Amino acid sequence: MKQPIYLDNNATTPLDPRVLEAMLPYFTEKFGNAASRNHAFGWVAEEGVDYAREQVAKLIGCTEKEIIFTSGATEADNLAIKGVFEMYKEKGNHIITAVTEHKAVLDTCKHLEKNGARVTYLAVKEDGLIDLAELEAAMTPETILVSIMYGNNEIGVIQPVKEISAIAHKHGALFMTDATQAVGKIPVDVNTDGIDLMAFSAHKMYGPKGVGALYVRRKNPRVKVTAQMDGGGHERGMRSGTLNVPGIVGLGKACELCRLEMESEAVRLSALRDRLETTLNKMEESYVNGNTEHRLPHVANISFKYVEGEGLMMAMKDLAVSSGSACTSASLEPSYVLKSLGLSDDLAHSSIRYGLGRFTTEEDIDHAIEITQKAVNHLRELSPLWEMFKEGVDLSKIEWAEH
Amino acid sequence: MAYSDKVIDHYSNPRNVGTLNKESKAVGTGLVGAPECGDVMRLQIEVGDDNVITDAKFKTFGCGSAIASSSLATEWLKGKTIDEALAIDNMDIVEELALPPVKIHCSVLAEDAIKSAINDYRVKNGLEPVVLEKSHH
Repeated sequence: MKQPIYLDNNATTPLDPRVLEAMLPYFTEKFGNAASRNHAFGWVAEEGVDYAREQVAKLIGCTEKEIIFTSGATEADNLAIKGVFEMYKEKGNHIITAVTEHKAVLDTCKHLEKNGARVTYLAVKEDGLIDLAELEAAMTPETILVSIMYGNNEIGVIQPVKEISAIAHKHGALFMTDATQAVGKIPVDVNTDGIDLMAFSAHKMYGPKGVGALYVRRKNPRVKVTAQMDGGGHERGMRSGTLNVPGIVGLGKACELCRLEMESEAVRLSALRDRLETTLNKMEESYVNGNTEHRLPHVANISFKYVEGEGLMMAMKDLAVSSGSACTSASLEPSYVLKSLGLSDDLAHSSIRYGLGRFTTEEDIDHAIEITQKAVNHLRELSPLWEMFKEGVDLSKIEWAEH
Repeated sequence: MAYSDKVIDHYSNPRNVGTLNKESKAVGTGLVGAPECGDVMRLQIEVGDDNVITDAKFKTFGCGSAIASSSLATEWLKGKTIDEALAIDNMDIVEELALPPVKIHCSVLAEDAIKSAINDYRVKNGLEPVVLEKSHH
């Protein structure tokens, strides 16, 4: 077994060797600029890009012309939200999003607030899902865009995208979704889901880093975004810059593999995830965070009360996971996503996110369970809070010296 | 973030983990930090007749640096007089463990825990608590 065990696939995934194989020729013999129209080097590169565009389009049920290649999901989020705001500002200035969005969406919205946008940040329910009635109530005639993520990166919950897009459209707004964690993991179809713009990234689905895409609807309605980068007018004028041909070829191949394998892979991963989660949840004072019905197949987020997340990760050095603890950040603020579920700070500090992936084996999971149990038990032996809990002391009654 | 070898050593082999009888007059207990902030330290000292600390124990909820800071503190406390213990400065801990700036609060907490344990002992024995000088927050 490989050590350490990698269970942080929501942060990034390893490149699938089949993707690498598809990419390699585009670094060396097929090195042309896809925009060079007058010689074979350019044509060959363009062919690679066109084929990748088809592979990407096929995965999400759109046409090739609706794919804008970018450097990743962060750029795609920026382009979609800023681009729509600038393009449709005559129509209105109101954007609706949610508090659990990725920073690429939240900070983009904050940026636009300085430029005259009015942004509503919807709260989420205890399970991490937004309240559709609240969304409906937030819609105004000035609302131009609703931006709600597909699947959450920290807890894996899947928002009711179809219902959200229907509400947005009923009020004449566009619907944009950051689907970075969902595309390639679960079926995402821009037409059945009613998506107008969608950001996603290659490196979360076994493709390379530094490449992603923005889907921009061309029909019913035809959506336009104002370019955020000036230059050669690539990607139908929406994203200038020489195309990252090897990266794009890799994204295409990654999409194709996901399309062919995702169905069986989701079954395999959710079985492994459930095994991990059920076993760990049997430990005393452990809590599963987020909705467990509507969620991605490969994510589990668990809080082990009375143990601090960063300390716990240090005790699990043979396991690569991530935590909602913020002991490393200067603000000492734990995960805003977990806090928005109503989790108390101490439970947020005690959380561990497990992200399974294509290369996770049954053996890895069994080993991860063992490592976690051992580490939690060890740290609880060191924890004054655990001792007090065991003695029946009510921790909420203690006057803590906040520092 | 990479931890220093000393942090890893204290974290992996914490010294003096445990609990002293907090009802004993010879024992001083300091409980500092807050669960909401992600770290809580409990540090206990047992003081002999000549004001010398004969034993020290800790339990800590927190990150690796917080655990290492309190483990190191208990090691330093043993054999020291109360006055010598009061002189321990959080920056000594920072230096010994090579803590990075974001982890300095762990050393501050350890210093606070030492002083708080000493005060608990003093008050129990009819002495005035020492005024806590503001450490490097």
